[in-house]
Parts: sequence; C-alpha cells; structure tokens
Amino acid sequence: MSTQNQFNWKKAIQLGAIAGIVGILIALVGMVETFDKRDIVAGAISMGWTMLLLTVLVAGYFSASHQTSNLFRLSASGITGLIFSLIMSLLALLVENFDLRQTLVNASPQLIRILTFENGIPNGLISLIAITTIFGILGGVLYVTPSKIRKAISLGLSIVVLLGLLEDIIQVTLAGLGGASSALAWMFGRGAQSGLSITGAIVVFVVVTASNLLWDVNAPKINSQVEKMPANRQRSLRVLGYGLIILVVLYLPTLLGLYLTEVVNVTGLFILMGLGLNIVVGFAGLLDLGYVAFYAIGAYAVGVLTTLSGELSTSLGWNFWLALPVCIFLCVMAGVVLGIPVLNMRGDYLAIVTLGFGEIIRILALSDFLKPHIGGSQGIVNIPAPEFLGVLLNKPQTLYYLIVAGCILALFISQRLRDSRLGRSWKAMREDEDVAQAMGINLVATKLLAFATGAAFSGLSGTILAVKLGTIYPHSFALLISINVLSLIIVGGMGSIPGVFVGGLLLAGMPELLREFAEYRLLIYGALLVVMMQVRPEGFWPEETHKRELHENEHIPAQEATS
Amino acid sequence: MSLLSIENIHTYYGNIHALKGVSLNVEKGEIVTLIGANGAGKTTTLRTISGLLKPREGKVTFNGEDLAKYKSHEVIYKGICMVPEGRGIFARLTVTENLEMGAYSRTDKTEIQNNMEKAFTIFPRLKERRTQVAGTLSGGEQQMLAMGRALMSNPNVLLLDEPSMGLAPVLVELIFDTIQDINKSGTTILLVEQNALMALGIASRGYVLQTGQIVLSDSAENLKKNPTVQKAYLGME
Ligand SMILES: Nc1ncnc2c1ncn2[C@@H]1O[C@H](COP(=O)(O)OP(=O)(O)OP(=O)(O)O)[C@@H](O)[C@H]1O
Ligand SMILES: [Mg+2]
Repeated sequence: MSTQNQFNWKKAIQLGAIAGIVGILIALVGMVETFDKRDIVAGAISMGWTMLLLTVLVAGYFSASHQTSNLFRLSASGITGLIFSLIMSLLALLVENFDLRQTLVNASPQLIRILTFENGIPNGLISLIAITTIFGILGGVLYVTPSKIRKAISLGLSIVVLLGLLEDIIQVTLAGLGGASSALAWMFGRGAQSGLSITGAIVVFVVVTASNLLWDVNAPKINSQVEKMPANRQRSLRVLGYGLIILVVLYLPTLLGLYLTEVVNVTGLFILMGLGLNIVVGFAGLLDLGYVAFYAIGAYAVGVLTTLSGELSTSLGWNFWLALPVCIFLCVMAGVVLGIPVLNMRGDYLAIVTLGFGEIIRILALSDFLKPHIGGSQGIVNIPAPEFLGVLLNKPQTLYYLIVAGCILALFISQRLRDSRLGRSWKAMREDEDVAQAMGINLVATKLLAFATGAAFSGLSGTILAVKLGTIYPHSFALLISINVLSLIIVGGMGSIPGVFVGGLLLAGMPELLREFAEYRLLIYGALLVVMMQVRPEGFWPEETHKRELHENEHIPAQEATS
Repeated sequence: MSLLSIENIHTYYGNIHALKGVSLNVEKGEIVTLIGANGAGKTTTLRTISGLLKPREGKVTFNGEDLAKYKSHEVIYKGICMVPEGRGIFARLTVTENLEMGAYSRTDKTEIQNNMEKAFTIFPRLKERRTQVAGTLSGGEQQMLAMGRALMSNPNVLLLDEPSMGLAPVLVELIFDTIQDINKSGTTILLVEQNALMALGIASRGYVLQTGQIVLSDSAENLKKNPTVQKAYLGME
C-alpha cells in the first residue's frame, strides 16, 4: 500500500496504450472505414467513430478506477485519453507519409479523412486529439458520478447508439404505422443509414436517462403501492400486463413486416436452442459442444417423415403435426444415446466427446452410406410447409407464430424445471457430483434427463428450421452453430433464462440486422466474449446465485459508494 | 446385532489395493472413531460404507441388511449420511438451498421444515447466513453447513470425515461439542479424525487403520493409554 497517495502513472499510461492498440486494430482491420458508412447521429457521429470513442471512454473509465482521489481520477483519464489520441495521430501520420497499403489494405487515404474529420493532417489532428482526450476524461467523469446516475447515462447512451444503428429498420416499421412515421420524422437523419438527427439523439438521451433516474427513485414507492393493493386488484394488474404482452406478441409480425419478422424468426430458433443448451450447460453443468447434432436430427427427421420425394428411399409424406412428436421423441432418444457413454466424463473430456458426436452426425448426413435415405450432400428438398387450421405456415409472418409457440413452450418448461426437484438436483450435480449422489440424487437419471430435455428443445428448433427453409443440407449443421448457441448463453448468463433471450437478441438478432458488417461478425463475437469474461463473467442477465458468487468481494465497497 | 458393520472389505482404485480386509462395527447410539495416518484408507472406508465405492470383497451390513444391492444414491434412504472430507458443500447455492439439498431424500414438507429449524438451532451461525452463498462462508461455517446438511436427512448413522480439518482450536472444540450433542439426540456416529486425542476424548471405542488394515481396536480409554497409539497418533514419546 505504498502507492496510497501517489498518482498511478503506470496504469494511466498502460490503459492509454492498450486503448491505442485496440484503436489501431479497429482502424486497420477496416472497421472504422466500413462502419463509417453508417451514421449514429446524422452528420455528427458515425458508427466507426462511435467504436473509437467508446474504446477511449472505457479506457478512461478504468484508468480513473486505479486512482485514489477524484482529481487524480480525472487527470489519469485525461492522460489515458491523450495517449490514445497521440497513438491514433501517429497512425494517421504513418498512413499519410508511407504507403502501407501493400500489407495493410485498410491503411487508406479514406481512413485519414475519417480520423482527421476531413480536415487534413495538421488541422484535423488537433480536433482528433482534442475530441478523443475529452472522451477519455468523460470516461473518468463517468467513473466519479454516483452509480445510479452512471447507470442511467450509460443506458441513455446505449439506447441512442442502438436506435441510431437500427434507424432504417425503425423507419420502415414506423412507415407501416402510417401517421406515426411523419410525426416522428424529426428524430431521424435524412437519407438512408443516417441514424438519429442531432435533436433526436439529444431528446432520446435525455428522455431515457431521466426516466431511468425517475424510475430508480420511484420504483420502491410504486412497488410498495402495488403490494398494498388488494389481491384481486394486483391480479387484474398482472392480467393487464400479460394481456398487453400477448397483444404485442400477436401483433408483432404485422408491425414488423416481412424482413424483420424473418430476423425475429431466426433469433427465435436460436433462443429455442439456447433454452435447451441452457439446461444442459447452465443448469446441469455438462459442457456440450455437439449440441447442433440434435438440431440436425430434428430437421432431418421431419424432412424424412414429411417429404414426398421420388429421390429418397423412404417417402412417407406424413402430416407435420403427426411427425413433430415423433421427431422430438427421436431427439430425446439421441440425447440419451449421447448421454450414456459420457456418464462418467466431466469438463474437458465431456466437451471433446460431445464435439465429436456433433461432427459424427454431420458427417453421417453427408455420407454416401445414408445418401439413399437422407440425400447426402444434396440434402432433402421440398419439405412441405405445415398447415394449421387451414393456414399454410410458409411465410415468415405465419411461421413466426409456430416459433413463438415453441419458444413459449420451452420457456415454460425451463422455468418449471428450474424450480423443480429435478432442477435442484441439476444444480447440485453441477456443483459436486459425488456429494450430490451422497445426498440421494440419481446421477445417471439426472444427467440423462438433462441431455434429453436439451435435445428435445434443439430438435424442436431443428424441425421448425426444416419446414421454414423447405430444404436442408448437411452444411447447415456445422460446428459453428453449437459454438454460437454456447456463446449466446455465456453472453446472456449461464443458467439464466432471461439471459438466453438477451444473448439471442445480441448474438443472433443483431448480426442478422447488421448483415453489411458480416465479415466482422466473428471478430466482434470474439472480442465481445473476451471482454465479457474479463468485465462481466456472469453475463448480461445472470442467474441470481451466480451473480452473488462472482461479485461477492465487490459487494461492500459498492454499497458504500451508493450511500 | 450391530447397527452398522463391515466385514473384511477389500476396496480398490483401479489396481491400487486401498482397503485390505477391513472389519469394524458400530453399535446403535455409539460414537466410534477411526484414526490413522494420511493415506491409511479412512476416507476410502467411509466412501465404501456410503456406497460411493463398491468393495470387491466383503460386505457392508446395516441393520442386518446387506447394502451391496443398493446403488450409491440409494444408501442415504437407508439412513446413512456422510459429511465428506473437505466438506463438499454446494459452493454456488445459498445456505438454505444447501440444507434443502440435504433433505433431497425426504419428501415430507413439514418434517423438512422441522429439520431445518433443528439445524438452525444447532448452528445459529447458519441461520444468520441463510441467504449467503455457501462458497463464501468461512471454513468453520462451511463445516457447520456440511454437518447441518447431513442432519437434514435425519440419518441413523452419521459418517464424519475429518470435521476438524483446517479449523482453529476454538472451533474444533465447538464442532466436537456439537458432535456429542448430535449423538445424545440419538444419532450414531462414525468419526474419522487426524486429531486422535480429541476424537478419542468423545468416542467410546476406536479403531486404528494402517495402510488399509485395522491394526488395533479397543475402547477409547485403552487406546489413549496404548503406547503405540501414543507414539504414532498422539505425538507423545
Ligand atoms: N481416487 C483415487 N485413485 C487412486 N488412488 C486413490 C484414490 N483415492 C485414494 N487413493 C489412495 O488410496 C489410499 C487411501 O486413501 P484415503 O483417501 O482413504 O486415505 P485417508 O486415510 O483418508 O488419508 P487422509 O488422512 O490424508 O485423508 C491412498 O494411498 C490414496 O493414495
Ligand atoms: Mg481422508
């Protein structure tokens, strides 16, 4: 503790350098340039700049956290910001004076133009240094503001960025509502991909931040008022709430239109799989990397059972609704079949074996051996769309209801299981298998039930995928899907049911919406996972106990800070 | 007929012959202690009794019934519960959730509630920390939790594996007093300990285990006086 009252130069400089390296990386892989085409706030801040500014903001924040007094905190974040800005200027100078494009394709004049705000080297650099330094200091300011206000501000900023990013989609949706579109036109920039207008951004930020603060202050009062209400009033309030949600869910496809509904559908299928894997990995602690296998089995099963095709040896032409339970049963059996050999495996061994299982299923689907039955690399085509009460579920807007029904069913089952005796034995098994067994938990049954339930959800997702696409190929079931689903529950929060939805929206929904940046998808994925593991290992919406454990030692100082 | 008796058991880990014909018995209402050096096979003996390991030879009988036909997780339903070495609490569950898991083998809700109250009376410290995550409890509290959790199953026999391990002397006293209290309320106890002096202080009889074999068995009084025991386990010359 000799550094009690000393300025922590080392951290301030270190964080500035780290931020600088991140900035260079973002610039040189081409993200600044590509993302610059999209404005977050029209004419003011592009997506590319947002990334750089966020980097320095976060660095400033952490730089402040290593100092002992507020003056030190703000100076440290300023120094961090300054170092970042100098590194970025150096990059601009390098790119300007040397032709690096041979090796670094993205070290282009366009990059300099963006970095210098189109002002050229000497003048633009001054703005660059000033602005990024200010953002570094703002990070420090954010650190010293009380946590409630900080939360509100962060939420406000995030919503502005999110709305700016999704501006096109929001506009399209609003257009569907008629009058609302013109009434809200002032909020958005003119032209495509122009984000929010400056007024729009300010209004959104102020409204979100203020309402969050107001809610924070008044929530306990409102809650206690609701609690004081007579039971039947409370019940009707809850019914009203659920009613509203149901109404929105039912009306959503009309509101969103074709493209967005499709995005929601894809997200829904991932959420459905996520809910299943959450049981296996999150509840029961069994690291399964071959989860895509059940997705494939569900899809192929429905393909074989319902398709009428001359090319396949079996051509059953069953009704979808008849085939569905059979498919799910097959997946459950597959879950058990995978489960039995891995009963005695834990951790890494389990992960490797399940990984192999996933690949075996994919390669079997691809094999000549099964080609007469399931089509080999050509897959199965012309899978008929299901019919429900005379409506053909062949459009995103109608399939939406099938997917939502699946998700609600899986959600309901997950929730009931979590709070059940079985749910508790999963958790106990996750913590300590031997002791769980000594407490009377049948490990064999408990593990197999976890695999089977997970497989059922994934299989359901697979059957819907098959009828949605109408065509399935082995390559639709690559390892990457398992990894995506796993990342989704890690980002959302292991074992947390709402976390699956958050993770699904972030890792399946967002990439679908931001297709133009698809080439950076895995890069952003990786960065997100690394940052998550460092900063928020419990996920965005963690299960209660997990959060408690990971932040136990931070608990007391945090309380002091708010009081 | 003894409440719990093991006859000539041989337990292996793969090729390692850990127990080479161990026999011992525990009468109803007794505290019996099993002492021995590191690696003698004490934990292995307890794990064999509680069904986590299957002996290759010999048998474990409880109330005259051979336990061989029961699977590992079924043994607790017979009324045998182990507090494992190193406590084995469920680190990410709360104190209450841990206790509930201890009652997994029981279904009667009111009885579970009563047992919970009982555990909280025995260990008031746990009551204060009901909602705390077990992994963040102190070592002593974790030991209390592990014992409280075992009591939740209303066992006839409690198998304790080194309850004093890593605890401060004051806490060791407290734990040993509690063991005596639990015994007085009708639970038979088989206690494995490194701390032979303390163990022999509360037990009526003791067994000495050495490299997988029982080398001595006598009343606690006599064992305390026995020169070999004094030399090897009580640290006296
Ligand atoms: N899982 C295992 N695999 C292989 N050998 C084991 C295993 N567990 C224990 N052994 C061996 O069996 C013997 C008895 O071990 P055990 O744990 O029963 O000793 P112990 O008397 O409980 O010792 P301690 O007082 O140190 O806890 C030791 O030689 C040990 O190395
Ligand atoms: Mg031991």
